[in-house]
Amino acid sequence: MIHSLFLINSAGDIFLEKHWKSVISRSVCDYFFEAQEKAGEPDNVPPVIRTPHHYLINIYREKIFFVSVIQTEVPPLFVIEFLHRVAEMFQDYFGESSEAAIKDNVVIVYELLEEMLDNGFPLATESNILKELIKPPTILRSVVNTITGSSNVGETLPTGQLSTIPWRRAGVKYTNNEAYFDVVEEIDAILDKSGTTVFAEIQGVIDACVKLSGMPDLTLSFMNPRLLDDVSFHPCVRFKRWESERVLSFVPPDGNFQLMSYHVSAQNLVAIPVYVKQNISFFETGSSGRLDITVGPKQTMGKTVECVLVTIHMPKVILSANLTPTQGTYTYDPVTKILMWDIGKLNHQKLPNLKGSLSLQSGAAKPEENPSLNIEFKIQQLAISGLKVNRLDMYGEKYKPFKGVKYVTKAGKFQVRT
Amino acid sequence: MTDSKYFTTTKKGEIFELKAELNSDKKEKKKEAVKKVIASMTVGKDVSALFPDVVNCMQTDNLELKKLVYLYLMNYAKSQPDMAIMAVNTFVKDCEDPNPLIRALAVRTMGCIRVDKITEYLCEPLRKCLKDEDPYVRKTAAVCVAKLHDINAQLVEDQGFLDTLKDLISDSNPMVVANAVAALSEIAESHPNSNLLDLNPQTINKLLTALNECTEWGQIFILDCLANYTPRDDRESQSICERVTPRLSHANSAVVLSAVKVLMKFMEMLPKDLDYYGTLLKKLAPPLVTLLSAEPELQYVALRNINLIVQKRPEILKHEMKVFFVKYNDPIYVKLEKLDIMIRLASQANIAQVLAELKEYATEVDVDFVRKAVRAIGRCAIKVEQSAERCVSTLLDLIQTKVNYVVQEAIVVIKDIFRKYPNKYESVIATLCENLDSLDEPEARAAMIWIVGEYAERIDNADELLESFLEGFHDESTQVQLQLLTAIVKLFLKKPTETQELVQQVLSLATQDSDNPDLRDRGYIYWRLLSTDPVAAKEVVLAEKPLISEETDLIEPTLLEELICHIGTLASVYHKPPSAFVEGSRGVQHKRLPARAGSGESTDSPDVSQSVGGATEAAPTVIPSQGDLLGDLLNLDLAPPAAGPTVPPSMQLGAMDLLGGGLDSLLGGDIGGSPAMGAGLGSTPAVMPTSLGAPPVVGGGLGDLFDLGGSVGMPAGAYVPPKSVWLPAMKAKGLEISGTFARRSGVIQMELSLTNKAMSVMTDFAIQFNRNSFGLAPAGPLQVLTPLSPNQTIEVSLPLSTSGPVMKMEPLNNLQVAVKNNIDVFYFSCQYPISLLFVEDGKMERQVFLATWKDIPNDNEAQFVIKDCHLNSDAASSKLQGSNIFTIAKRTVDNQDMLYQSIKLTNGIWVLTELRVQGGNPSYTLSVKCRASEVSQFVYQCYELVLKN
Repeated sequence: MIHSLFLINSAGDIFLEKHWKSVISRSVCDYFFEAQEKAGEPDNVPPVIRTPHHYLINIYREKIFFVSVIQTEVPPLFVIEFLHRVAEMFQDYFGESSEAAIKDNVVIVYELLEEMLDNGFPLATESNILKELIKPPTILRSVVNTITGSSNVGETLPTGQLSTIPWRRAGVKYTNNEAYFDVVEEIDAILDKSGTTVFAEIQGVIDACVKLSGMPDLTLSFMNPRLLDDVSFHPCVRFKRWESERVLSFVPPDGNFQLMSYHVSAQNLVAIPVYVKQNISFFETGSSGRLDITVGPKQTMGKTVECVLVTIHMPKVILSANLTPTQGTYTYDPVTKILMWDIGKLNHQKLPNLKGSLSLQSGAAKPEENPSLNIEFKIQQLAISGLKVNRLDMYGEKYKPFKGVKYVTKAGKFQVRT
Repeated sequence: MTDSKYFTTTKKGEIFELKAELNSDKKEKKKEAVKKVIASMTVGKDVSALFPDVVNCMQTDNLELKKLVYLYLMNYAKSQPDMAIMAVNTFVKDCEDPNPLIRALAVRTMGCIRVDKITEYLCEPLRKCLKDEDPYVRKTAAVCVAKLHDINAQLVEDQGFLDTLKDLISDSNPMVVANAVAALSEIAESHPNSNLLDLNPQTINKLLTALNECTEWGQIFILDCLANYTPRDDRESQSICERVTPRLSHANSAVVLSAVKVLMKFMEMLPKDLDYYGTLLKKLAPPLVTLLSAEPELQYVALRNINLIVQKRPEILKHEMKVFFVKYNDPIYVKLEKLDIMIRLASQANIAQVLAELKEYATEVDVDFVRKAVRAIGRCAIKVEQSAERCVSTLLDLIQTKVNYVVQEAIVVIKDIFRKYPNKYESVIATLCENLDSLDEPEARAAMIWIVGEYAERIDNADELLESFLEGFHDESTQVQLQLLTAIVKLFLKKPTETQELVQQVLSLATQDSDNPDLRDRGYIYWRLLSTDPVAAKEVVLAEKPLISEETDLIEPTLLEELICHIGTLASVYHKPPSAFVEGSRGVQHKRLPARAGSGESTDSPDVSQSVGGATEAAPTVIPSQGDLLGDLLNLDLAPPAAGPTVPPSMQLGAMDLLGGGLDSLLGGDIGGSPAMGAGLGSTPAVMPTSLGAPPVVGGGLGDLFDLGGSVGMPAGAYVPPKSVWLPAMKAKGLEISGTFARRSGVIQMELSLTNKAMSVMTDFAIQFNRNSFGLAPAGPLQVLTPLSPNQTIEVSLPLSTSGPVMKMEPLNNLQVAVKNNIDVFYFSCQYPISLLFVEDGKMERQVFLATWKDIPNDNEAQFVIKDCHLNSDAASSKLQGSNIFTIAKRTVDNQDMLYQSIKLTNGIWVLTELRVQGGNPSYTLSVKCRASEVSQFVYQCYELVLKN
């Protein structure tokens, strides 16, 4: 099972180590550094690294490498999932999963890691349970603790640990009982030069924020559940009911959680809300080129497309850009070679356009590669797949909760080739 | 208020200050002090000096303080074992606490303190906790058994904890079941042959029930455990599949992949015409696709596994090509994997799409990726015949871009396309030739030279082109040199009149001015061929080449089967069998997919017959037939032959040896006797190859060549026992087999005499071993090339590798063999002298020897007496050396010589011995020390054998 964990910052310092079995010397990380050097970009470090006696499995989050050491045959996904859970837990406890936050709370981090694994076996990874065992730091609590001498470690056995619903604690009480669901859809797409869709799919999630007293049993139904044929559920969802009736029946965890994720890949169901007309060309002589980009709305179901941002990774030889946007602002970073055009809202009447010249390093050859455009956008109150929640019913408790559903569509990995 | 304050000071009296604070009366101050200590510990500062003071804080009812002290204890107990004993009492007391959280915490922490003395005290509390009324305590205790086993395995077995753990599989609480399974699986990993997880339909049922209710991690443990089970029939298999399928919709990708493993394995047993089989296939696609929308690290592992799944069952993902399209900001490791899978999924239906994508990728920034994309286009051409033309035109487009590395890569793949579709696309040669000057990479240069040589008759200025390469012959890499040599010889055979000078030039460059043995040998071979019999030379050099096919990069089927059983593990990420990972002596059980119901395999001795069946299926793919290799050698060193990169190295080596030997002896026989060598060319090569003189018969020549190598390599000579009859003719329908084992220049050989005592001709011999203690396996097929006619005896020498499957045999050196011929399959068993496994680098450094000798516990020492031996110690030493028993040191005390000797076995086990020889006394005393004490007995037998013969 998982033997040790090292946290390494981007400067290559190991700033935290934790061993769940015997101690493994930090020199094992040298193999990691070697791989890191070879990979160049931190994103390109291979997730599984083999060393003579161990395997190093790592993830890269918030400029921190989480490097775990394993010695025996352990499913790598198991380790990666666990590392994600650790990063999420830091985020959850400290608001960010940064080096500073971890260093500031090193004792809590240590206590958390100790609770999450026992001898390398996962013990408690649900945020609900951990928070009962170890209270997250708040300014108020640490002041109170210092005065009263009480501690931030729970004294009782977390109830969820043993029930058949380990994700929910008992005795939850709220004065305002509310349940909100966010249907968030991201469009991953690749469009070719001419604007034809090469590939498109929708990654959807339903995020929930449920603050309900007692042990509520919820049923969520959809207008068009047939859309969903590829789904992953939070463990609380009763799979049998989904199979037979296509409704989500569950006792929710307390607080924020992801209820389900789904995936719509049938190409005809994926509407593409924006189109891009672009022309980036370089002159054979004179070390310069032209750029002309127009973005416009396409299938938007009558909603406004907001927060539009175009990012282009320019070829290395481009020194600077002299462009004029009809809407929004643009920046070109000559070091990273990234051109960003922040458009904002798409206007139907006057399509935003960015036009101007690019200058190349003098004497450099015409660049070979074609830069790709990355588009971000957001559409409120719309799930582009057409998914709609029908109703939410609650059983098991008497009070009447506030209910709400919100829809939003965003661009995921939305790329236009040139 | 943050914890960073704990890091602020590094001034002189820090430890002293902390000590004072730890001993303070104020609770709050104490706790703050412990926190400071922990903080220092996390950043690697040594605070072990505070041990007694911290342990003193343990007696507290404050849970946080207690936990912090426990954290400290776990870290430092090992370095201060005596001090750690101080903590025992508190642990034992805490195990009785009314609060289950404290009980569990105590038992959990005790298990983490890796000090032998403490483990003794742990047993009683652990036993109680395993039967605790609270499941939280039970589940913690289950894991504690695994911890304890890691520290002291014997203790755990003696105390009966393993049985208690097995009982916990039937616990009422699913969390406890999951942890018990996890603990047992971990323990089983270090005991490969134990039946710890003895799965039967009842336990399976319990596991399946627990599966629905336990945590996501527990589900992974249970699914991985289920995957080891072999259902009795297809009905049971189906019912398990039905109950596992819902896990495919889990949010945790590790659960999903473990479920995929179970399904992939068990669906093997389902009849293909069953409706459910089709349903299951359909259900597998969406979860696999979903894995690809996760974080890149998860994607990588998923892609490596999908690569296997696609090879095993391409139908699952055949419609999902698009999800493998590469996005420009994917990390490079994801891009390369996606590309690989795209090619595997390419078919006539989607080839247009794939090609358009690949062309797009060829303009990306990342050079490695671009190269692979270009190569992929070539692979598509070879895989999908209908698309070849399109691929070639795409490649030509890419060549027009004149981007240097794209052009070079394109030429390399066009060469492969020429090999696959000869005489079809030669019209592009002109375009290729235009780019001749820009090629600077050896592989591309070699490919271009090959093309010129192959099509020399159609390229008008072929001689000029090749001549231009010849100028810098000595600066070229070996690959290019070899290729150039072959190409010019081809050219000469096609246009002999105008290229005589050229061929002479290259032959003399290769044979006289080069110090590369491969190049020289090939030069000589061509030279002699050309000089003795130009017609034969033409037949050999211009022989029809074996076609290359898409299968070249597929994983060999038996390995693929094994990997499918290991989906989701490290083995699946590296595409290597788990035995290639596990360290040292820990054996691994090879997994196979279950057989489909009613496939009609014989049942009386399933193990042997199964492996024989497997071998005959696999043989043609693993070891390319000699003809193939021959063709390939003459042709190219570029494309790998049918043996993919997955063939175990020893096997490949065996095959190479075989070929090299065959060729050399063939030539030696032919040419050694002919004095008119080099007549046609006028000059005689200056250097004569040395390994000539072997008899000209190919079949026998092989074995003889090995003999030759053996006697040259090892002047002292290892003892080879005489052949004994292993299989009497009575038992084998007229086939008599006698044989012996030998080790010659590091190659283990089984030397067999096959005698046909029946009335009819025997053909189609094949041999297979059952698993054995040291993984002995044939490194090549049994070379019986001619049919064995009645009353004929043939001597065969079979090289063995030690990379086969391992299973402990009784006795240890027992080997079960199956031999097949056209009549039947016969089984016999024989015992090999363990000296076979003594490797040549078994000489240990003196210092290491001393340390190791001390390090091995005395319990492992065994003493033997060798009687009636009349050698003196030096003679004995040199005799033993011949069998790779190396004398490290010699000491003489009171007319008694003591020889210290070391032996290394093929599996890396070291054996140390002390041999006492008393002047005038014919009895020797032998002490054997080895970590694996079971081999001692056999080492002694070897000494007897070697010394007395």
